[in-house]
Amino acid sequence: MGRCYGDSALSAHIVDARSLNHFLDFDSSSGLLTVESGVTFDEILQVFVPRGWFLPVTPGTRFVTAGGALASDVHGKNHHVDGSFSDHVLWFDLFTASGQKLRCSRTENADLFHLSLGGMGLTGIVLALAFYMKPIETAYIRQHTVRCENLDETMAGLESYGNWTNSVAWLDCMAGGKAFGRSILMLGESAKLQELSPKQALNPLKIHSTKGIPFPIDMPSFTLNRFTVQAFNRVYFNKHPKGSQDSVVHYEPFYYPLDKVLGWNRIYGKRGFTQYQLVVPHQDARKGLQEVLELLAKRRMSSFLTVLKIFGEQPENYLRFPKAGFTLTLDFGIADSLWPFLNELDQVVEQYGGRLYLTKDVRMSADFLRRTYPMAQEFIDKLKEMDPVGTFRSLQSERLSIHA
Amino acid sequence: MKKNILLVGANSDVAQAIAKLRAENGHALWLTGRSLEALQPIVADLKLRYEVEVSAFVYDAETSNPEALILALPGLPDEVHLAMGYLGNPICIEDAAETTRIMTVNFTAAVLLMNALVRSLIQEKRNAVLVGISSVAGDRGRKSNFLYGAAKAGFSTYLDGLRNFGYAHGIHVVTVKPGFIRSKMTAGLPLPGPLTATPQQVAKAIVKAVRKRKGRVYVLPIWELIMLIVRNIPDFVFKKMNL
Ligand SMILES: Cc1cc2nc3c(=O)[nH]c(=O)nc-3n(C[C@H](O)[C@H](O)[C@H](O)COP(=O)(O)OP(=O)(O)OC[C@H]3O[C@@H](n4cnc5c(N)ncnc54)[C@H](O)[C@@H]3O)c2cc1C
Ligand SMILES: NC(=O)c1ccc[n+]([C@@H]2O[C@H](COP(=O)([O-])OP(=O)(O)OC[C@H]3O[C@@H](n4cnc5c(N)ncnc54)[C@H](OP(=O)(O)O)[C@@H]3O)[C@@H](O)[C@H]2O)c1
Repeated sequence: MGRCYGDSALSAHIVDARSLNHFLDFDSSSGLLTVESGVTFDEILQVFVPRGWFLPVTPGTRFVTAGGALASDVHGKNHHVDGSFSDHVLWFDLFTASGQKLRCSRTENADLFHLSLGGMGLTGIVLALAFYMKPIETAYIRQHTVRCENLDETMAGLESYGNWTNSVAWLDCMAGGKAFGRSILMLGESAKLQELSPKQALNPLKIHSTKGIPFPIDMPSFTLNRFTVQAFNRVYFNKHPKGSQDSVVHYEPFYYPLDKVLGWNRIYGKRGFTQYQLVVPHQDARKGLQEVLELLAKRRMSSFLTVLKIFGEQPENYLRFPKAGFTLTLDFGIADSLWPFLNELDQVVEQYGGRLYLTKDVRMSADFLRRTYPMAQEFIDKLKEMDPVGTFRSLQSERLSIHA
Repeated sequence: MKKNILLVGANSDVAQAIAKLRAENGHALWLTGRSLEALQPIVADLKLRYEVEVSAFVYDAETSNPEALILALPGLPDEVHLAMGYLGNPICIEDAAETTRIMTVNFTAAVLLMNALVRSLIQEKRNAVLVGISSVAGDRGRKSNFLYGAAKAGFSTYLDGLRNFGYAHGIHVVTVKPGFIRSKMTAGLPLPGPLTATPQQVAKAIVKAVRKRKGRVYVLPIWELIMLIVRNIPDFVFKKMNL
């Protein structure tokens, strides 16, 4: 679907997996769903929510393919409880550079299996995959919203509410002084039938609306500047009363607030935007995040949507991004001053033992990758052994010198 | 009312889109293709998505007997969509086998199968709607695909006549004339965006034509105008053109 932010899905030749769009099997006793790799999360929800099943892990958009979710090893708001998407995958069929179709699982072609999780499609084309869906009683989420007045409260909140399956903090990165790092913390748990309002209970397994509102125009680039972003963030923050609130909301606004507006990215104007997603391990995370946010203020950069999440334990595995700690997502409109600034941010990230998410990256250096992903070199060596000419490559893999 | 719908060439992108629209309404689907293995994911997909009855049958225009196919079906269909088609090598005038294949898939076999269906339907006094997917390529022959075009021209003419013939028997026939479709058939070819339909658009137009009992449909509709113009270009000009 091309929903990764950077150049991972760009190349001189692109294989479009969307004709691989068949549902192949579903075992309603175990929840194991088998699909071809081009089936989208949007379609899976349309078919399975009414039958009482939900995705085990979902990113902040439904418009991704199952193959893309595996290749990026996507994570959701539930990483600290459920891990990332790959953790729910039982097997997949891979079309490799040697022209073979190989079944890969934790027991069969195990190394290829692990190399491909988060492998950005470089090991081959995923043709079909099987993963476990999660049973749900309703399509609604019991939501608990907490206003956190500063960075300490925000981080403590994410940690102390760790028993909630879903958690995410929307951060006002523009606030300074005592309000530095303030946020709205959103927690969510799949709602039980008796928790729904009478109106919601009429159709407890309602799917999302399939009509979006197209975003009308490319906004002029000056629309999103420091001041408008600041104003937006302040208004949004203050919309939430002090303390906490409870509500029951549909999964659509909870998981996919941006999908409602098709082409929302046009708000950034013609030059577009990029995301910068980092993870820093728990140890010194507080200091690391503070430095990142301070650098933002110091360089007068603004991030429109800033999101902080917590990652649970995940064993180090080739190019898979998540590891225990905090993950911060910033998005920036493209400007000439952005690139040197991101290089500065890289230094902070590395200093605190962190790294960046490949699916959102357009600019990290080849060295940076090797220094921050301890298994990167091993990934590259094994890839070379399997596929010496580099059949499956991307602009990203070339930029990162994974391929010459 | 639940219908039994036969899709011939069900592996085609257009047929798959039709199948989805018809399955959405709960109809049972009988799919034919050249190999059961290739149909397997399509059958599984339709069953899983729509929880309808779906079965698969082997039919190859070059080798199968139409009567045998009809005997293998669980009964007679209420609606038929014939989607098979073969573009082939456009300049195969020296290749008799390729020429024959183009004629067989797009015309001869299609006609024999429709004839056999109509015979059985009339015998059993059954009403039905038969849809044949032809092409604008049949509206005027041009050098880049005139063998395919000739076969489709024959098929269009056959369908128009069959509609006239079937009328008295409660059999309605739809002639579908797509322009460009983005599908397996045209994979890798440069197609003009605004004039190119998606398989979903073609399927929608077909289902609408069935519902409204239309005789002929062009998809996209602009092709009706384009072909009107193309048909009216004087031959002394047309023969020199690069089309
Ligand atoms: C609004 C928004 C919110 C997002 N939120 C999150 C989030 O919360 N968490 C998160 O983890 N991500 C998030 N993302 C990123 C997104 O989930 C990933 O980039 C995802 O991989 C995109 O999937 P896609 O199908 O569009 O793949 P593409 O963008 O087309 O491709 C992504 C990568 O996967 C590879 N690939 C795709 N299909 C296959 C296949 N069949 N076989 C082999 N390789 C393949 C490509 O080569 C490429 O390297 C978000 C993106 C957006 C736009
Ligand atoms: N694509 C266009 O631009 C375009 C334009 C106008 C009209 N059309 C017509 O639209 C219809 C659908 O085509 P499409 O675009 O969906 O292309 P497609 O996906 O290539 O479909 C063609 C179908 O015909 C089948 N077929 C080929 N040879 C056959 C044979 N010997 N016996 C039985 N079936 C055979 C193919 O089967 P396999 O899958 O087994 O190969 C395939 O299912 C065709 O009639 C085509 O002529 C297409």
